[in-house]
Amino acid sequence: MNTTWSRFNIASVVLGFAFLYLPIVLLVIYSFNESRLVTVWAGFSTKWYGEMLRNEGLMNAAWVTARVGVLSASIATVLGTLAALALDRYTRFRGRLLFSGMVYAPLVMPEVITGLSLLLLFVAVGMDRGFLTVTLAHVTFSMCFVAVVVQSRLVSFDRSLEEAAMDLGATPVTTFFEVTLPNILPAVVSGWMLAFTLSLDDLVIASFTSGPGATTLPMKIYSQVRLGVTPEINAVCTVLIGLVSTGVIAASIVGKRKEVQRRREEQAAFAEGV
Amino acid sequence: MQKLLSAIASRLVIIVPYAWLLIFFLIPFLIVFKISLSTSAISMPPYTPAFEGIGTWLESARKFTVDNYVWITEDALYAKAYLSSVIIAAVSTVLTLLLGFPLAYGMARAPQSIRPTLLMLVILPFWTSFLIRVYAWIGILKPEGLLNQFLLWTGVISEPLQILNTHTAIFIGIVYSYLPFMVLPIYSTLEKMDYSLIEAAQDLGCPPITAFWKITLPLAIPGILAGCLLVFIPAVGEFVIPDLLGGSRTLMIGKTLWSEFFNNRDWPLASAVAIILLLLLVVPIVLFQNAQARAQEAGK
Amino acid sequence: MKSLGSIRKSFAPWSDPDAKPYIVFRNVTKRFGDFTAVDDLSLTIFEREFFALLGASGCGKSTLLRMLAGFEEPTAGEILLDGQDLRGVPPYRRPVNMMFQSYALFPHMTVEKNIAFGLRQDGMPKPQIAERVAEMLKLVKLEKFARRKPHQLSGGQRQRVALARSVAKRPKVLLLDEPLGALDKKLREETQFELMDLQQDLGLTFVVVTHDQEEAMTMADRIAVMDHGKIKQVATPPEVYEAPSSRFVADFIGNVNLFEGPVSEVDPSGATIRGADGFAIHAANAGTARKDETAWFAIRPEKIRITSQQPEGAGPNSIDGEVWDIAYLGDMTIIHVRLDSGKVIRASMINSARGSDNPLTWGDRAWISFAPDAGVVLTN
Repeated sequence: MNTTWSRFNIASVVLGFAFLYLPIVLLVIYSFNESRLVTVWAGFSTKWYGEMLRNEGLMNAAWVTARVGVLSASIATVLGTLAALALDRYTRFRGRLLFSGMVYAPLVMPEVITGLSLLLLFVAVGMDRGFLTVTLAHVTFSMCFVAVVVQSRLVSFDRSLEEAAMDLGATPVTTFFEVTLPNILPAVVSGWMLAFTLSLDDLVIASFTSGPGATTLPMKIYSQVRLGVTPEINAVCTVLIGLVSTGVIAASIVGKRKEVQRRREEQAAFAEGV
Repeated sequence: MQKLLSAIASRLVIIVPYAWLLIFFLIPFLIVFKISLSTSAISMPPYTPAFEGIGTWLESARKFTVDNYVWITEDALYAKAYLSSVIIAAVSTVLTLLLGFPLAYGMARAPQSIRPTLLMLVILPFWTSFLIRVYAWIGILKPEGLLNQFLLWTGVISEPLQILNTHTAIFIGIVYSYLPFMVLPIYSTLEKMDYSLIEAAQDLGCPPITAFWKITLPLAIPGILAGCLLVFIPAVGEFVIPDLLGGSRTLMIGKTLWSEFFNNRDWPLASAVAIILLLLLVVPIVLFQNAQARAQEAGK
Repeated sequence: MKSLGSIRKSFAPWSDPDAKPYIVFRNVTKRFGDFTAVDDLSLTIFEREFFALLGASGCGKSTLLRMLAGFEEPTAGEILLDGQDLRGVPPYRRPVNMMFQSYALFPHMTVEKNIAFGLRQDGMPKPQIAERVAEMLKLVKLEKFARRKPHQLSGGQRQRVALARSVAKRPKVLLLDEPLGALDKKLREETQFELMDLQQDLGLTFVVVTHDQEEAMTMADRIAVMDHGKIKQVATPPEVYEAPSSRFVADFIGNVNLFEGPVSEVDPSGATIRGADGFAIHAANAGTARKDETAWFAIRPEKIRITSQQPEGAGPNSIDGEVWDIAYLGDMTIIHVRLDSGKVIRASMINSARGSDNPLTWGDRAWISFAPDAGVVLTN
């Protein structure tokens, strides 16, 4: 679509973004509030960040979350990429319908159901709840998101590249690692980032599947939030938002730079001619 | 040998994720179903028939009971919870659409150069924690919160409004949290739409408003449908939003399930609640899967 | 360099009954579900031949090529290469390389890495790879571009990288899928001749798939015209043009006028067709025509003479009509003559002199005529 950007269009975009960002901005601002009363501004201060760092429970939870996040995102990326390949490459195999159903359903499945069902599985097989069970649970739901991200890249991937590699003597395994993977890598990386943030965010599934000693950051935040809004939690949230948005924005800027440079080089090549 | 390895590798591509999802997604549902048919007990784990192999299967089968389902149908509380979950989710979905469509439309109409930036701005909140974003609203909506302070300051109201712990707060929370899920699919269908279709319609004598209703909207239906399903389905089972913004009086099934599980420790009943919730959502979930599969096919 | 013509002239293994075929398709059928892409097809191609598969899209020519490369297995029949049955041999074990229509250059590798890719798969020692890559770069005149990535190249350069990559392994057969399809017209013409030179220099067997008849006519030793998964004719370019075996081939290659009618006479001097357009046609070669059966006389536009007066000694093979359309194309002029039967005949005249002294104009009466050996009689 390409046409004039009417006043109505501009207004809806501005309002939409204001709605999306205002609460976050306010939260960030009030994390620097001197007062313990969250809604009364009493001057700028970073004391709550210090408080946060001294809160051992919070820091432990953050460490658990980081480990669960990295581990589950890595496993989910491998499994999700495989699932995407299976869906993209094998249009006919026994049970494909069930498979695609199992890949897409977790995207919308209410978390309470996923959490409950995984917990009951762990109890049934007699697994102690803790770090491992949370990680397994996170792998399960985030691999489906990875699969969708990678699959959408595979759809636009030129299959003749793989055929060319095989034609030149590369076995399917070599072809995958030397040609397919390097080309879908951006999608695989964003799949990992998505899986990591999903794990970082998750409260409900973690609450069901974790046990003593494996309290994650969202669980910790939730238990404090229920007692009321505190500037300390605002500080934790600000740090999290900062980390994630820096990551996402940096990734997208790098991506855009590359894209721009690529387009420039392409134009130069064609201008050169022959 | 290499050929054999390749053949095995190509099988593994399917088998590994398939097996994982069977074990960690499908089998758990069967367990939930089984436990929903058992009687509750106070021991740990808090339900009786345990899983001790095939031998005990027949024995435990005799202990199966539909008591939990009977209980749910007899107690009006559950019916109310299911009903209000569906209503709240439906209303929120419509509200999200009303806010999300103009946003997506405005983005699709934006100059080409700023579209990627706008897109990233929509995705960014989705990357930041759900819990944090819901939490942010508490500070805004509570009686002495920022919204009331602002409204009192402008003189629109003279007494703080009670918004937190009402349905309004839940609507705001859901619309806010799920907005990107509505905007993204609609934006991607609108963005792909060939604008010359509108020009053709106008050329054939169609005023802009009519062109919107007759061309743009019908073509955006797949995106609208996908967006609505992405909002509606998880919203029905939502726990965090009603718990943090809805207060104790709000009845939503996700909360009910949570409290049956964590507070009453009645696992069989919680399982039965989950199974019925799942049955309620089967149709929308299948619709969503079909839409998803079709979108993937169309991409080829 | 030796002139191509002298080599080409003597190269005709297909007419030698003792020549050993290099590639053999024997009763090959390929079905995709209900769709039959290749239908019980048999074909032989000889070593060092430049062979073209020509046909409209969907005629099965690409499927044939992909079966040779190993990306598709035949549903039935067999494919032999140099005496070896290719069934079950995966693409990466076949001594065949392909140049893809999209070029399929690996976007994440430089030009030299792309060219070296196939050599690395064979486990060739590094110094030798470097040597071969340098040789290939020289061959396609891209020495200066070795370190560039595909997106930093123009269309013509990409095409040459693809070519270098596919011949680097010295395959027994090079398959080319629409090799010039993505180039503009001028570049395409130049590249056609480069490809022919390259084939001669390397002494490879080329099988090229194309939908462009001019391309096939220019480059190929022999052309196979395909339709609906079957081969309609396999012959040298002049044969395909001048002696098409069927109405389909006659119509597919170039322009043709077809006159339909019953055969009234077949004798040693040829055949006479009593045309439905009000004039008798006498053809010098009866072909497969039999008396009293329907036959078609096919004649190319450039073999029809147009005069404003009735040609002298007019017997058969001439009739008059109205000048319906004139198209001046520079090197030639195309004239459409509408016969009284309503049929429109296409004739072309080479503009060998400057300035038009063509006395004909729209609406004039004009005579068309042709020699008995100017066209062919077709019965199917």
